[in-house]
Amino acid sequence: MNRSKRRTGRRHPLATVALLALGLVFTGGAYAAISSGTAAQAEAKPTSQETIEEGKKLFQANCATCHGLEAQGTANGPGLIGVGAAAVDFQVGTGRMPMQMQGPQAQQKPPQFTDEQVKQLAYYVASLGPGPDIPADHLVNGGGDAANGAELFRINCAMCHNVAGAGGALTEGKFAPPLTNVSGVHAYEAMVTGPQNMPVFNDLNISPEDKRDIITYLKYVQDNRSPGGFELGSLGPVAEGLFIWIFGLGAIVAVTIWITAKSN
Amino acid sequence: MTTAPTRPSAPAKRTFTAAASDYLNDRTGLAVAIKGLGRKAFPDHWSFLLGEVALFSFVLVLLSGTFLTFFFQASQAEVHYDGSYVPLKGVEMSVAMASTLDISFDIRGGLFIRQMHHWAALLFVAAIGLHMLRVFFTGAFRKPREINWVFGFTLFVLAMAEGFTGYSLPDDLLSGNGLRIIDGMVKGMPVIGTWTSFLLFGGEFPGTAIVGRLYTLHILLLPALVVALVAIHVGYVFIHKHTQFAGPGRQPTNSVGPPILPIYAAKAGGFMFIIFGVISLIAALFTINPIWNYGPYDPSPVSAGTQPDWYIGFADGALRLIPPGWEFVWLDRTWSFNILVPLIGIGLFLVLVVSYPFIEAWVKGDKREHHIADRPRNAPTRTAIGAAGVTFYAGLWAAASSDILATHFSLTMEGVIHALQAVVIIGPFIAYFLAKRVCIALEKKDREIVLHGYESGRIVKLPGGEFIEVHQPLDEFDRWRLVSYESYAPLMLRPNARGKITFGQQLRAGFSRWFFEDRIAPVTRGELEASHSTHHEVTQSEQH
Repeated sequence: MNRSKRRTGRRHPLATVALLALGLVFTGGAYAAISSGTAAQAEAKPTSQETIEEGKKLFQANCATCHGLEAQGTANGPGLIGVGAAAVDFQVGTGRMPMQMQGPQAQQKPPQFTDEQVKQLAYYVASLGPGPDIPADHLVNGGGDAANGAELFRINCAMCHNVAGAGGALTEGKFAPPLTNVSGVHAYEAMVTGPQNMPVFNDLNISPEDKRDIITYLKYVQDNRSPGGFELGSLGPVAEGLFIWIFGLGAIVAVTIWITAKSN
Repeated sequence: MTTAPTRPSAPAKRTFTAAASDYLNDRTGLAVAIKGLGRKAFPDHWSFLLGEVALFSFVLVLLSGTFLTFFFQASQAEVHYDGSYVPLKGVEMSVAMASTLDISFDIRGGLFIRQMHHWAALLFVAAIGLHMLRVFFTGAFRKPREINWVFGFTLFVLAMAEGFTGYSLPDDLLSGNGLRIIDGMVKGMPVIGTWTSFLLFGGEFPGTAIVGRLYTLHILLLPALVVALVAIHVGYVFIHKHTQFAGPGRQPTNSVGPPILPIYAAKAGGFMFIIFGVISLIAALFTINPIWNYGPYDPSPVSAGTQPDWYIGFADGALRLIPPGWEFVWLDRTWSFNILVPLIGIGLFLVLVVSYPFIEAWVKGDKREHHIADRPRNAPTRTAIGAAGVTFYAGLWAAASSDILATHFSLTMEGVIHALQAVVIIGPFIAYFLAKRVCIALEKKDREIVLHGYESGRIVKLPGGEFIEVHQPLDEFDRWRLVSYESYAPLMLRPNARGKITFGQQLRAGFSRWFFEDRIAPVTRGELEASHSTHHEVTQSEQH
């Protein structure tokens, strides 16, 4: 009964959904293909005048000391005209800005602003001049090819960030931070804006799809713990050597003392 | 045989063990060997077991390594990976890398055995290192054991070679980077460098031959040498018998401790399984060498935090500590002193280590046999030299992790490098001085204790009104430990038969002065009796 009833309809009940999805994919794909440069647009961009005004207030209260009242830059900080929303979203969203202290590199700390405030700041700065925008969700959700991403990561990123994203040292106290907790959006923004000592990887250098693959690999490493057990910080042979000397040989020396101890 | 009629039922009661033993003994004459070896005594001290740790981890390395050979393919033919690890699917790599990944992900128990092999190898070399330090600081390398020190040292070098060849087999990014550094060091040698590199790699680096060649070394040549040398090394421990610390009843001619059978063998057997257990636990819980992170070797990328395994660290550190600009062109050739200096430095250090027993014997002019181990404090100069050597090595070793030190302690890399340069150059002198003073201070304290006993903390008022602290005298057993060591006086310079003092003699006398001029001699019987007579009345009055 039930089956015949279902057959009466001309279309499958999910056909509408499938059609909708197809349409969306097509539009999205066409859009992504057409949009050039690093300006991968976010879907719902709240660029209302109100947002920008709020952002301006926040900026003047929290950032202007170093970056200038009109973000034109001062002796203490660079001008931000043209850095784009992505740079602000990264720097403020990860807590690097406002900067805790002057040093070789801005240190990460708990973000000082809510997500909404970060966006307001970002769109205020974006309104001052064109620059890389906050990336669209499909580029940062980890839906790409992890194997391609891993290869690109090893070639482009691992010399500073380590193959497993454990971070590494640079000169004069600068460093490449660990990527073990970085979100997809922030990783993407870092690639297009080159924060701190990081080079810019523009879209001619690494295409948005390749960036998506790199983020996919990062997410794979973050979500899948090592199949071999505890990772010892993924630091490689130094951590392994330290471990075997202190815990391996330490445990065994304790055993030798126990074996040769004289019973009282 | 003639008594047989009185106990007719005896043969029927023979146990299976007895029968089996008889059967074996009749055919092999094993009883003689077991009787002889089984009664051999082994002195008991925890530090005497460190060599065994090395031996047992080597056994585990052999066992786990054999398993790995069933599945590893030492070929650099290119394939596209098609195993279960997603982030490498379809990636082009060598068969060596692909088969190591298969061992890790697609062969039951493979990853566990691989990790066990690697952890056991790290422990093997670490145990050798600690064992060498024990032998050095207790003077257990003195005659007749100098040759065994050389065998042991050779084993240490072979173990490093085993480790390095193994590290290079999977053909992952890390091992390829390691090989590239070796290639650079080889090429840095004048005249023969480039030729040697091409010989090793079968052409320009990396080529397609190196993994196969290293594999032959790793599973055939080097293990055969290690096994042979281990047999010789342990054989000599039996022939020379083990050293022991001074103590009542312990003579240079005897060996005090539990016999091999049954006590020592049971303990050592159990100990072996404890070591297997510890390594298994570590292998089961802790990742080692995650080649799936490193990916296949490709000469262009290098990961941050690329280091060799710990035992090659000192060589890597030596390279890192050389200041920039030590390379110049002369005679139309590049002279890479940034590579030659570390190579020569490390070479000299190793030569010093292997020849130390002979140097010390020459300085002392001592041709006697020594079977009683020194307490490190009773040979202050040797202990201080050892401390200097350890500091030098440790500085180089730490330098191999300069980048990790910098990131994890929020330091600048340049700061770390400069600090470690100071550790390597000035550190040994400071360590020498400190260790020597500490040894001499401890010897003085021992002397004090032997002569006057322990301070008991009890203050007694004598009838005359004088206050004294009562000292508790040592018993004879404890005293024995503190007074029985050898003391050497600096050699006297005497003209030889032709009435001349040669340069060699002067050199030797100079060294001898350096070694022994500020020695603390052990308490003599005379001193002991003298101190007892003065303390006699106090102890008497204290007892009444």
